[in-house]
Amino acid sequence: MAKPAKNYTPTELLACVAAKMLEDKKSVFVGTGLPMIASMLAQRTHAPNLLIIFEAGGVGPQVPVLPISVGDSRTFYKAVAASSMHDVMSAGQAGHVDYGFLGAAMIDMYGNINTTVIGEHDNPKVRLPGSGGANDIGSFCPRTIIVMRQDKRRFVEKVDFITTPGYLTGPGAREEAGLPEGTGPYRVITQLGVYGFDEETKRLKLLAVHPGVTVEEIQENSSFEIIVPEKVEITQPPTEEERRLLHEIDPTGMAIGK
Amino acid sequence: MEILMEGEGELLGWHDPDENRKWVLENKSRELRDKRMSVKEAVEKFVHDGDYVAFGGFGHIRIAMALIYEIIRQGKRNLAMAGKTAVHDIDILIGAGSVTKVEVAYAFGHELRGLSPAGRRAVETGQCKVVAEISNAGYQWRFLAGMMGVPFIPSRNMLGTDTLKKSACKVVKDPWSGKPVCLIPAAYPDVAMFHVPRCDIYGNAQIDGILIEDFELARAARRVIITTEEIIDNEVIRAKPYRTAIPFFVVDAVCEVPYGAHPTQMPYLYFFDEEHIGEWLGLSRTPEGTKEYLDKYVFGVKDFEEYLELVGGIKKLNYLKRVEQFREPMRAPWLKKK
Repeated sequence: MAKPAKNYTPTELLACVAAKMLEDKKSVFVGTGLPMIASMLAQRTHAPNLLIIFEAGGVGPQVPVLPISVGDSRTFYKAVAASSMHDVMSAGQAGHVDYGFLGAAMIDMYGNINTTVIGEHDNPKVRLPGSGGANDIGSFCPRTIIVMRQDKRRFVEKVDFITTPGYLTGPGAREEAGLPEGTGPYRVITQLGVYGFDEETKRLKLLAVHPGVTVEEIQENSSFEIIVPEKVEITQPPTEEERRLLHEIDPTGMAIGK
Repeated sequence: MEILMEGEGELLGWHDPDENRKWVLENKSRELRDKRMSVKEAVEKFVHDGDYVAFGGFGHIRIAMALIYEIIRQGKRNLAMAGKTAVHDIDILIGAGSVTKVEVAYAFGHELRGLSPAGRRAVETGQCKVVAEISNAGYQWRFLAGMMGVPFIPSRNMLGTDTLKKSACKVVKDPWSGKPVCLIPAAYPDVAMFHVPRCDIYGNAQIDGILIEDFELARAARRVIITTEEIIDNEVIRAKPYRTAIPFFVVDAVCEVPYGAHPTQMPYLYFFDEEHIGEWLGLSRTPEGTKEYLDKYVFGVKDFEEYLELVGGIKKLNYLKRVEQFREPMRAPWLKKK
């Protein structure tokens, strides 16, 4: 196996860990920023036949450099189709998209995401952009991966607003609400570790910590209790080659940093 | 059908399908007639105070900016806007005080560039009201229902969330599967505005690259204004009829505006002008700065041609062409903060 890089940034680590989660010959709905970088890295490494889909209509592109927007012309560069939002969202609803890949501002223990508002909806402390395609992606995809920064204000007991559905109030709640069967959040990746969801309770469960991170730090940076299993893996740090690719994908450092 | 849940959001731009059919029959022409006019004339004629408006494109892509500046210049007020992923367009219109109501799928953020100071300030101080939430697919399907002339489209998104609670949608029990299903109401914007690469004098328009929501939006809206990089002959349209994204009979006005999407991106033609977008993002941090921007780029010029000179003229436009075609790297002031 390739040797780990001597130095790497938390963002580089996040992107590499996220990329490894995507499988070859599967399809993924990709959001702005880190999800884009991770999907592009996956395509350039272990998953050359990853079918990348952008919500504005880009289908199966070979993205040359990091797009600024999910509707940017880079999102349909050498694509198999440049179609429409109706086309790709319908494909998602009908079951053609395996993975969703999103960023988030706040999350709760059931993986419910808030990107709409901090404070009251009608009298907001901070107004955030809203759902965009996130609610659709989180509603339709069998496996949604969420990449975000973790601290006590972002890992919260209760999100101020459920923009995008996680497991809502727990087991069975998605189906009861009418969301497609067998869908929901799959992984949450932060600068500290990787999380999944407990089969029985649908609550956030630690799967792996990044090198040098302790389980105590994981818990200290969350306002709710995270399930910690007996065996916790340690993630693989980026290799020099992965770092090189990341900066080739994002030469201006828009999302990966300088 | 049993109603299981009703969203609290305001229902913008919905009409009884028969009422809208009647409006269409009485107001839309099937005649192939020359619809060319100036941007000024198009806005005077088809955009009115209090209208519910929507723009084609997506965020910073293929936005009819010349029309936006003209709406501000003409002092249109109390517009409600579809935040169907609306970014630079809605930010400037809110900053100028033209838009005071929004139904939001995505707004107030500039994707990788960060959050939008003007739009957020207006919402956080109550100057601009978010009257409903929805998702991108949800908004898209509002237009789909509109273009189909049906009252709603059933869907399986938004269920169980606050996005749904604050939307204008309803949840019912699907009479076939017995499962809860979301009903997304049709939307018929009073006026929708698009920038396209090519269009004939009658309004037959071609679009290069992704259509985003333009196919459905153009057919759902009551009035449609097209700005185009160039006017092409009707024979060019007829030589490749499969390329027509918007047909003439839904179009009310055609305005020839080269570089009409600046500073947003026109796929294959020119890139985002990140220096200009950065200037807006910087100045719009304060109400004074917002006024300074508008005084300089909107009120300080007589038309879009003069504006293009002011933003850097042919030198800048050629540079944006080279960036779009991967012949030069982009320059963006906001990158320094990364």
